[in-house]
Amino acid sequence: MKLEMKDRPGQLVAALQPISAVGGNIVAVIHQRETPAVTETLDVQIVLKLPEGRLSRLLELLREQGVNVVRIDEERLLYECTLIMIGHLMHTDLSDTVDRIDTTGSAEVTELSLVMPAIASPSSARITIRSTTRTEMKKAIRILRGVAEQKSLLIIEPLEGA
Amino acid sequence: MRIAILGFGSVGRGIARAILAKNLDITVTGLADSRSGIIDPAGIDLQTALDQKENGGPCGSPEVSPADVVAKADYDVLVEVTPTNVDDGEPALGHIRGALGRQKHVVTSNKGPIALAYPELRALAAANGVFLKYEATVCGAIPLIHAMQEGLAGNTISRLYGVFNGTCNYILTRMAEDSLTYEQALAEARELGYAEADPTYDVEGIDAGVKLVILANTILDMQTTLDDVERTGITLLTPEALQLAEDQDCTIRLIGEIVPEAGVLRVSPRIVAKAHPLVVEGTLNAVTVETDLAGDLTFIGKGAGSTETASAVIGDLLYIRDRHVQGS
Repeated sequence: MKLEMKDRPGQLVAALQPISAVGGNIVAVIHQRETPAVTETLDVQIVLKLPEGRLSRLLELLREQGVNVVRIDEERLLYECTLIMIGHLMHTDLSDTVDRIDTTGSAEVTELSLVMPAIASPSSARITIRSTTRTEMKKAIRILRGVAEQKSLLIIEPLEGA
Repeated sequence: MRIAILGFGSVGRGIARAILAKNLDITVTGLADSRSGIIDPAGIDLQTALDQKENGGPCGSPEVSPADVVAKADYDVLVEVTPTNVDDGEPALGHIRGALGRQKHVVTSNKGPIALAYPELRALAAANGVFLKYEATVCGAIPLIHAMQEGLAGNTISRLYGVFNGTCNYILTRMAEDSLTYEQALAEARELGYAEADPTYDVEGIDAGVKLVILANTILDMQTTLDDVERTGITLLTPEALQLAEDQDCTIRLIGEIVPEAGVLRVSPRIVAKAHPLVVEGTLNAVTVETDLAGDLTFIGKGAGSTETASAVIGDLLYIRDRHVQGS
């Protein structure tokens, strides 16, 4: 998130304090000194990890500290899992296979590498799924297993989970 | 200690050779293959039996059957090392029952009877005051069962997973190394004697599944059958799939997995990071056991082979000798 605060001693610490108060973790703080000092404010970018559902409380606390939140870029899909599929992937409607994951709303296919060695022989694909939570990932993999059974595809899951 | 050996194939001959080569204080008083048998209370000449067998002949006389050896020979331990039958465990199951009923210890490498009838056989052994040992049924030379029963006693095992089939591991290793197709790698495994003419039992994950059932039923207090194992083999794997895994510093291995609390028994090809200790080459086996007290342990070793499997059988024999043998 990008924050705007008064350029006074102690302000940055005041802005960071609420993050730990809501159980968040600061990944990086980028302090931009070269911004035009006409407004006597300071722009700071903070990269942080927050437990789910704590964002609104954090914004509230920041506002109380007189810190103006300029921008929030949320990375929602934290869990990643890569699987391999083998079978007649195109003839069994690959975009439908991907759609079944994407339409869950909480998991999506973010990467797909497909190798088709010869016409009529089975193709292989590596598919990366990202999801909001571990439970959603398990659900997505379950959906994929169901689709695989229906379309006679072989799914190779990782040894370790998401 | 006097033993009777049923089965004079790869494992039986490996045991005979080890007894001849080392001073193990073991006398073989009964011996049978599928066609013949010998009973000799003074001790069978193992070298002659080996020579006869290796020249294509029977090991003994056609008038003596395996059942005769079980019922009439004078031995402390029956060593049952005939080929596995996963459907009904016979004829090995009957022979094991016969020996236990005669108050004789039994050591076996045969997965069928242990996977199918362990609770009954254990009760029969206990009622007769004798041991039933089966280290050689799982992962050949790796003393996995001993480690779990003795060394890790007191631990709770939360998960156990690994490479339980050397044939599949060889095929997958070769597919990854040289971009062979499944068929090419299988043909090579056959040429080297790592795969049977009918490889179904290995490549469809049945062998690995039976080993999971044995571990689940005899060590993890589960009651399972082969039907409870969720099973996918390696026959549909493509060199492209292995390359896709390789692109991410991973590979594909046939992994058997037990999660006792969730009741999960599963054999399936899985993506594994190449740096993972379970990624072993060739026909090796490797098993990771996750425990509460000891942490994670990984065992790696030869899962098959004449001498290697004989090692597991002899380990069981000496365990019994050191604890409980009358009349020797």
